[in-house]
Amino acid sequence: MPVRQQIFAIIICIIVFAAAIDLVRRRMLREEYSVLWLTTSVVMFALVIKYDWLEALTRFIGASLPTTTLFIGSIVFLMLISVQFSIKISRLTNQMKNMVQDNALLRAELDRLGKGAVRSGVDNSKA
Amino acid sequence: MKILVLIPAFNEASVIAVVIADIRRVVPEYDILVVNDGSSDATASIAESAGATVISHSFNMGYGVTIQTGYKYAFFNGFDIIVQIDGDGQHDPTCIPNLLKPVLSHETDFALGSRFLGAESYEPVWARRLGMTLFRIIVSWKLGKKITDSTSGFQAFNRSVISFFTSDAFPNDYPDADVLITLHLAGFRVNEVSVRMHNNISGTSMHSGLMPLYYTFKMLLSIFVILLHGTQVDRR
Repeated sequence: MPVRQQIFAIIICIIVFAAAIDLVRRRMLREEYSVLWLTTSVVMFALVIKYDWLEALTRFIGASLPTTTLFIGSIVFLMLISVQFSIKISRLTNQMKNMVQDNALLRAELDRLGKGAVRSGVDNSKA
Repeated sequence: MKILVLIPAFNEASVIAVVIADIRRVVPEYDILVVNDGSSDATASIAESAGATVISHSFNMGYGVTIQTGYKYAFFNGFDIIVQIDGDGQHDPTCIPNLLKPVLSHETDFALGSRFLGAESYEPVWARRLGMTLFRIIVSWKLGKKITDSTSGFQAFNRSVISFFTSDAFPNDYPDADVLITLHLAGFRVNEVSVRMHNNISGTSMHSGLMPLYYTFKMLLSIFVILLHGTQVDRR
């Protein structure tokens, strides 16, 4: 791998790693979502530094160039992120459904109790 | 015996009062619940003025969530039977006693109103009919008996089914053929009853635009996943 390409890849890895840590520190990113970002940046960093590992991986998956391996790796990473988000959104949708239903049922119950209280107030004033 | 007539409604202000009045005429002794799915019109206030109990979602959540809110209300308030009828005036309330009969006599747990069993009903457009035929064949094959109207929302069922439907397994959108198969696998008895259905008088349909495509995809996937679960479904 040319030195310039290597330096560029290392800088990207460091920026992604530092940004993920900083976002977690500022409570803008939850730890559970930082795992994939941090893991990917560390793995990419290791593959760029240890170029023979990248070559071995390239031979293993049958790719022609090491850069292709990195490209495939980034696509796999994006797919994993998307799947993680889809699972989370599905869970949140279900939780929101239950909350909306509970909210509707509780509001109806409150209305009923409120009407009952008003009625008993009227009855008391008549008595 | 406590019986609840459940009406899911979304922007049905033009017809909801008529639907409630028609139901009242046929079964004046039953409670009527309208679950308003975040309508932007006066559906909730009109339904309340017409004498129904109204529960409103804060925003639009879809048909499956709406009817499940009604099931939860019925379950927590000790109702024994639900009669479910659409709020757009398609389902003829005079068929309610007939629909209820097999549930009241414990012949079945779930009575499914069918527009194709004799009573004079409207004919759906050919594309919809094609989809209905496909799911009718799948459901009939799985239930081991002829089911003629697997997409019908005109239903009556007992408290065991109400309890079963309050779980998170109940689908959020288009609970049709997949629910019938799930009920069968959970050991509930499903039977059809002849009912009359009119054309949609409010003019709005949840099967418009690209929805039929999504519906077909969702239903096939849902049925496939249910069948993957095996031959038994846990009732809890």
